[in-house]
Amino acid sequence: MSVLTDTWLIFQRSMRQSLRNPFWVIIGIVQPFLYLALFGPLLIPIVQSTPGFPPGDAWQVLVPALLVQLGLFGGLFVGFAILAEFRAGVIERMRVTPVSRVALLLGRALKDTVVLLIQAVLLTVLAVPFGLRAPIGGVLVGLVLVAVLGFAMACASYALAMQVKSEEAFLPIVQAVFLPVLLLSGILLPLSLAPLWLFNLSRVNPFVYVVDATRAVFLGDLASTTALVGIAVALVLAVVTVFWGVRTFQRESA
Amino acid sequence: MIHARGLARTFKTRRGTVEAVTGVDIDVSAGELVGFLGPNGAGKSTTLRMLTTLIVPTAGTATVAGHDLLTDAAGIRRQIGYVGQSGGAGPDCIVADELVLQGRFYGLTSARARTRATELIEQLDLVGTENRVVNTLSGGQRRRLDIAMGLMHLPTLMFLDEPSTGLDPQSRANLWDHIRSLHAEHGTTLFLTTHYLDEADALCDRILVIDTGRIVAEGTPDELKRRVSGDLVLVGAGEPARVAELAAHLPGSSDVVVDGAGVRFRVPDGAKVLPALMRELDAADIAMTSVEVRRPSLDDVFLAVTGRTLRDAETPTTPEPATAGASR
Repeated sequence: MSVLTDTWLIFQRSMRQSLRNPFWVIIGIVQPFLYLALFGPLLIPIVQSTPGFPPGDAWQVLVPALLVQLGLFGGLFVGFAILAEFRAGVIERMRVTPVSRVALLLGRALKDTVVLLIQAVLLTVLAVPFGLRAPIGGVLVGLVLVAVLGFAMACASYALAMQVKSEEAFLPIVQAVFLPVLLLSGILLPLSLAPLWLFNLSRVNPFVYVVDATRAVFLGDLASTTALVGIAVALVLAVVTVFWGVRTFQRESA
Repeated sequence: MIHARGLARTFKTRRGTVEAVTGVDIDVSAGELVGFLGPNGAGKSTTLRMLTTLIVPTAGTATVAGHDLLTDAAGIRRQIGYVGQSGGAGPDCIVADELVLQGRFYGLTSARARTRATELIEQLDLVGTENRVVNTLSGGQRRRLDIAMGLMHLPTLMFLDEPSTGLDPQSRANLWDHIRSLHAEHGTTLFLTTHYLDEADALCDRILVIDTGRIVAEGTPDELKRRVSGDLVLVGAGEPARVAELAAHLPGSSDVVVDGAGVRFRVPDGAKVLPALMRELDAADIAMTSVEVRRPSLDDVFLAVTGRTLRDAETPTTPEPATAGASR
C-alpha cells in the first residue's frame, strides 16, 4: 500500500534529520533530568511527611509525571520543525509529488514517537540510581501510554503548525497552552493536594487522567479504573489528533 | 500539454476578498518553452500553483498533461515536475538522499532512483555534492538540485517558478544553459514564471504577460519588443536640435525627444544604428558628450501594454496567505 511505503520513506527521512542534528533530542531529555536530579530529592521528605500524596515514594510520584511531561511537551513543540521545512519549500515540493498526504504527517509523528520513547527509556533508567523502584510490566505500560500521548501531541502540533503557517502565530498558541496544562496536570505536585476548586478545575484537563494513570501503572495497578481511564483518554486524544492532522494535510490541494 | 480556460482564484483575507487571478486562458503545446512574465503580485505564482495542483481554482477549467485539473489532480502529479520559488530540498538533508527519496515518491525502485540520481547529478553539474548537506551548496547548485529533483521521474512537463531569482549573473547564465539543453535534448515542455524580461527573452519561444490577474499580452519575445518600438538611445550633445534632426532620419527611428542636454529616441536595434549615427555626428561636426543604448525592459513592455509603469504595478503585499519561503 502506498500510504505505508510513503510513511516509511518520510519516517526514514525524518529519522536521518534527527540523527544528524541530535541537539534537540538531547535538550529534550535535559529538562526532565534536571527535575529528576534537582527537584526530586526535595520531594522525598515532603512525600514522607505530608498527607494527601498519592501512594508511593517521591520517585514513584515524580518519575511517571516527568515521563508524561516529556511526551506532552516534546510532542507539542515539533511543529517548529515542520514550519522550518515549510519555509524552505519542502512541504510544497512534496505536495506536488504523488506522495500520500497522510504519510507527510504520520511519517514525522512516528519519528517523534520513536525519539520520545528513547528519551523516556533513558529517563526511567537514569531514575533507578536515584531510587525509583517499579514493576517492569507497569513501566512498559507506562511507556506505551506516554508514547501514545506523544504521538497525539505531535500530530496536533503538526496540524496546528500547518494551519497557522507561521512561527509568530504558532509560538504564542503553544506557550498559552503549555503553562496552564502543566499546572493543571498534577505533574510537579499531584492534585490530590489541591483545594476542591482547583481539583475540580483540573478535571477538565484530559492530561491529568494520563498522569494519574501513569502513576498508577508504575505502582503495578494495571487494571485499576485510574489506569483504564488514562489509557482511554490517551487513545481518544490520538484518534482525534490524527483526524485533525490528516484533514489539515489534505486541505488546500485538489 | 496545458489548456486552461477562465482560471481564477480568489483569496479571503482579513482585509476582504482578493482576486489574485481573474480569468486566465493558457494554451501550451508539447515541446514549447513558455514564459509567464509579470511584476510581483500579478498572479504568476498563484496561476502556477493552480496548474500544479497546489491550490484549487475558484473558477475555470484546465487540462494539464492530459489530466483534468479538477477531477484528476493525482494524475497530473504523477506526470509533472515542479521547481518552486524557494526550492524544496530540505536544508539539513543530504543531496543524494533527497534525490533518491524524490524518485521513490514517484514509484521508482530504490535502485532505479539511485541510478537516475547519479545521471542527473552528472547532467546538472553537481558531481561532488552527493554527500553534502543541502545548505552548504551555493545558490546556483541549490537551484540545479531543485531542477534535478523535479526531473527524477522524467516528466514531460516541467514548471519553474522564478528559477533565477536571487542568483548572481554567472549562475543565472549557467542555469539558462541547463534549461535550454533540457528543452533541446529531451523535448520537455517547460512553463516558467519570471519578472525578468532578459530571462524570458533568452529562454522562451513564447511569452504571456500577466498583470493584476489577467493576461494582457502574448507573443514571441521579438513581437513583444516590437510593441515597445525597440531600444532607447540617449545621446548627450552640444547641439541637441541638430542631433534630433539626424536621429529622426535614421531608419526605423521614432519618438525623438529633446530633453535637457540631450536627445532620446527609439529604434529597433540601437547597437546597429550607433556606428552610423556617430559617423554622421562626426561629419556634421557636432560634439557628442555621451551615448547610451537601453534595451527594452519589462518596464517598457509593461508600460506599452498596460499604460502603467512596473513600480506602480507592483503591489506591496502579496494577496496570498503565507506562501512557503516567498521572499519578495
